Amino acid sequence: MKTCLVVDDSRVIRKVARKIVEDLGFACEEAADGQQALDFCKKTMPDAVLLDWNMPVMNGLDFLIKLREEPNGKKPVVVFCTTENDMAHITQALRAGADEYVMKPFDGDIIESKFAETGLV
Amino acid sequence: MSALPSNKFDFLCQDVRKRSGLVLGQEKAYLIDSRLGPLARKEGFASVEALVDAMMRGDHRLCVAASEALATHETFFFRDKTPFDLFENVIAPSLKSTRMGRQLKIWCAAASSGQEPYSLGMLLDEIPGLSADILATDMSAPVLEKAKAGIYTQFEVQRGLPIQRLVKHFDQVGDSWRIKPQLRQKVRFEQANLLDDFARYGKMDVIFCRNVLIYFDIQTKAKVLDRLAAQLADDGFLLLGAAETVVGLTDSLRPISGHRGLYAKPAMAAKLASAA
Repeated sequence: MKTCLVVDDSRVIRKVARKIVEDLGFACEEAADGQQALDFCKKTMPDAVLLDWNMPVMNGLDFLIKLREEPNGKKPVVVFCTTENDMAHITQALRAGADEYVMKPFDGDIIESKFAETGLV
Repeated sequence: MSALPSNKFDFLCQDVRKRSGLVLGQEKAYLIDSRLGPLARKEGFASVEALVDAMMRGDHRLCVAASEALATHETFFFRDKTPFDLFENVIAPSLKSTRMGRQLKIWCAAASSGQEPYSLGMLLDEIPGLSADILATDMSAPVLEKAKAGIYTQFEVQRGLPIQRLVKHFDQVGDSWRIKPQLRQKVRFEQANLLDDFARYGKMDVIFCRNVLIYFDIQTKAKVLDRLAAQLADDGFLLLGAAETVVGLTDSLRPISGHRGLYAKPAMAAKLASAA
């Protein structure tokens, strides 16, 4: 079973996202900020990361840059999922190595469509 | 079940069928309130029934508006994906070898709010050595206006559209996303009804006519398919929706085996089958 790490400082969003990724057949793990996510990835690289941008301790972009520097850190498919919905943020995320980008608010169809784009489902 | 008295329901069904081919059976009656309700309010009628009364008195403009409102316009970018993969992997290579650099003529019949022709435009942009004149038609004027403007909500650009294509082909305008002028210019939009004559469009290399025949009765399906075949180049391709087929409806088109939703004239279909 593929693993998806949901990274978001909102417990409500994590709960919604967990339901969606579990319905898509993933085992779901959670992290509340970029540092927690990085610690998790150093132990076990997930197949997918659904990533918020604005979080305390370490934001999503900083996490992504550090993740891509890790051994095996290119393996996870990283899908941003954020309220930052302007072109400047999107291009910044893509340059940092994001595979896809979801603008909140999102629903299950959007996540499924983006996961399909990246070959995850 | 609609609340309309049966004589008014029957009138509405016949009028809509005559104008757009849409078959409005009892099982679709729920659409009447949800789709004509907003039209009735906009036109200042107290109820859908009052709107139908005005249509029965011969208000042509309202009849046209009702037919347009009752049609299903749902679509999204790269909808169903398979037809676009077929375009890239089967249609484009086949036509590239015979067209020798000449522009392809592509027709999106029932193009709705434009996502299908713009998706094709994006795809063509990624296929070297191939360009096309894309004609997109729909019977609904308001839907075509939206298509021409090329402005989509954040929700619409997230279904089926990879982020790289969003970045490449859209400008952000406030909360919306607008197709860049160079892509908008590749698509010509025209109001047209599939029941009308379309000989004026000339021969097409590729016709997309997806998810519209399902709403027609068998005779209308057969007639439209025959007329689409008449517009198709001898080595051209027709794409239908996943729930649609030509089988049992016309002899002028054949399915291409192994490629769901893809059709060609019999000689071309045979040639492709023997090459496979």
